[in-house]
Amino acid sequence: MECYLDNSATTRVLPQVCELAAKVMTEDYGNPSSRHRKGLEASRYLKTAREQIAATLKVSEKEIFFTSGGTESANWALIGGALANRRAGKHIITTAVEHAAVLMPLQFLKEEGWEITFLPVDESGHISVQDLKQAVREDTTLVSVMMVNNELGTIEPVEEIGTWLKKEYPGVLFHVDAIQAYGKYRILPKRMGIDLLSVSGHKLHAPKGTGFLYIREKTKIRPYIYGGGQQQGMRSGTDNVPGAAALGLAAKEAYAHLDETAAHLQELKQQMVSGLQALPGVVVLSPLDETGAPHIVTAAFSQVRSEVLLHALEERNIYVSSGSACTSNKKLPVSGVIREIHLDKALEDSVLRFSFSRFTTQEEISYALKALQEILPFLRKYTRH
Amino acid sequence: MTFHSFLVKYGEIGVKGKNRKLFEDALVKQIRRSLKSAEGEFEVYKEQGRIYVDCLTDYDYDEVVEHLQRVFGIVGFCPVMKSEAETPEQIAEDTIRFISQTYDTQDFTFKVETRRARKDFPVPSMEVNAYVGGRLLEAFPQLRVDVHHPQQMIYIEIRDQVYIYSKIIPGPGGMPVGSNGKAMLLLSGGIDSPVAGYMICKRGVKLDAVYFHAPPYTSEQAKEKVVDLARMVAKYSGPIDLHIVNFTDIQLYIYEKCPHDELTIIMRRYMMRIAEHFANEARAHALVTGESLGQVASQTIQSLVVTNEVCSLPVFRPLIGFDKQEIVDVAQRIGTFETSILPYEDCCTIFVAKHPVTKPNRNVIRKSELNLSEKINELVAEAIRTTEHIWAD
Repeated sequence: MECYLDNSATTRVLPQVCELAAKVMTEDYGNPSSRHRKGLEASRYLKTAREQIAATLKVSEKEIFFTSGGTESANWALIGGALANRRAGKHIITTAVEHAAVLMPLQFLKEEGWEITFLPVDESGHISVQDLKQAVREDTTLVSVMMVNNELGTIEPVEEIGTWLKKEYPGVLFHVDAIQAYGKYRILPKRMGIDLLSVSGHKLHAPKGTGFLYIREKTKIRPYIYGGGQQQGMRSGTDNVPGAAALGLAAKEAYAHLDETAAHLQELKQQMVSGLQALPGVVVLSPLDETGAPHIVTAAFSQVRSEVLLHALEERNIYVSSGSACTSNKKLPVSGVIREIHLDKALEDSVLRFSFSRFTTQEEISYALKALQEILPFLRKYTRH
Repeated sequence: MTFHSFLVKYGEIGVKGKNRKLFEDALVKQIRRSLKSAEGEFEVYKEQGRIYVDCLTDYDYDEVVEHLQRVFGIVGFCPVMKSEAETPEQIAEDTIRFISQTYDTQDFTFKVETRRARKDFPVPSMEVNAYVGGRLLEAFPQLRVDVHHPQQMIYIEIRDQVYIYSKIIPGPGGMPVGSNGKAMLLLSGGIDSPVAGYMICKRGVKLDAVYFHAPPYTSEQAKEKVVDLARMVAKYSGPIDLHIVNFTDIQLYIYEKCPHDELTIIMRRYMMRIAEHFANEARAHALVTGESLGQVASQTIQSLVVTNEVCSLPVFRPLIGFDKQEIVDVAQRIGTFETSILPYEDCCTIFVAKHPVTKPNRNVIRKSELNLSEKINELVAEAIRTTEHIWAD
């Protein structure tokens, strides 16, 4: 049995999505910028994909810009947004637990003279809206908050932040990293006060190298890639038609099944969490209530190194992620959120993440739990002294 | 292309008496092997005590130079221009062309040395020297003749064709791989063992290697990294038969049965035993390790005595007197360093004790090993039986 519980790393492409992309690549392979029929045919795929995505967010198709994935979207949102608003101020607010796709462009901006405020989180990874309200200043131009934390599944209060910002500071751009959230939650940028929303395709059964950035109409933002003027001159480069078409269809599929997916994932999470809690020496770190996403369960396994547990599971065809990377010789920096939630030092190197998709089955969860039950006592028997 | 050929110079192997032919043949073979992956077709042959590489098609000069610089046994090599010249005038013209293409600036002292192998060539060598020298001085006003200590020698060999060469590109030295038997390298993922392999194959020794894999404590990535390192060493040594031994059960059994501070040393003894088994199987004459005296607990002189006693083949430790930085320097030069420092756990460190014994006593260790007598032979046999082979080329 192959048991892929690493869907927050990436997902399997849906067969119909794959077929569509293949058809675009081998039959309808025109360049949408071409003036002939082949070009027009290709541009229809782009239009359809934009419409499909726009419908999931209830926004205009003109507000959807295809990118190479979540990292590009976040880079564009932050750097493009900061540069376009530099005269208004150079202060940005974000959280201490963002993904590197947000942290690194902010690091770049910091080197270029911007000031960044990082909001702290509590032991389950939540920021406090009160902290954010206090951090906003006259020269704040951008706020960036992730919707679902990739390591713990913690849900941040983006709607509360967005609506408050729109009311009190309408000039401040609000970027949401929805890479782990899109396809799992109903996200309505207009109602939630979101100006910029980053999404990655391969987290929702579309191919790698696909993604989009939602840019609310009239948002002040710089183009990100300069060239032949594609995508309203904002993101040049020959359109990735098969990728966009695939993403459009995958998005449509995800939202067509949203409610049943949510219910199914919630069941899987319940099963996983109760199974884990029944094992000795396991601490579930993900929030168990509705402030934690249903597709991510992260836990610490006492006296076991996550790297070793990961490979032991791998031997049984169970695939998961480790919370932090560490070797015996060199301690690599502990991952962002694990450090920020002040986990017991003895557990820092013992964190694993299990993440599900709507295709994950209860049998897979049982299989993984059974494997853990067998492996853990064995690994705990042989430890470094 | 200006250079149609390379003249290969080999020092050390030239003085080996009756074995000379053996060494030369090994060198020719190694040159052929190294050029197989270069673009173009080449003919490598011996002629009158020299080795030539003729380029039969278009080729990439820099690529060929890079490949030849990895062939042990080559002291240096000269790009050669072959000319159809029949008269001293034609020879001089070709030599002028040769000089302008070989050297970026022509402002050195030189001496022309002609060898007339084809005695029916009408002009004696001394006269060719004088004539060509004179023409070169006319063509390049900055050149000066110095017959005693010239900065550049310009060689003209008159055979069926005329060979003109001058510049010597240094080779790696050493002896051609295959001229000096075979050894089994204990390859870990670290910095030292690839360097040790490189140094031994530089002395003409063909290599195979053995790696101890300990899943799930060591990852697939760690294994991939070792395969990559073996491929890098294989650029110098030729293809390596990499033995990948699953060592987990042996390690856990030692962990269960022996004092914890002796774990590493006992583990090393079993690694040596298994490596020696494969060495005998592959008809290798020695084992090679990357040990450097005193570097870690298992590499103190006392530890080496204790690990050494389990095998009867000689164990070569070319890095024994090297400091870490010296090893790193070689690793950087041969291109293994960047891969070696990738942070994957290797099987020597997973259960290492906080304070492993640094001065093990062989009697104590032997006694501890008696605790293993129930199952260890079976586990070793199983590890040998399930060993995976990867052909690193």
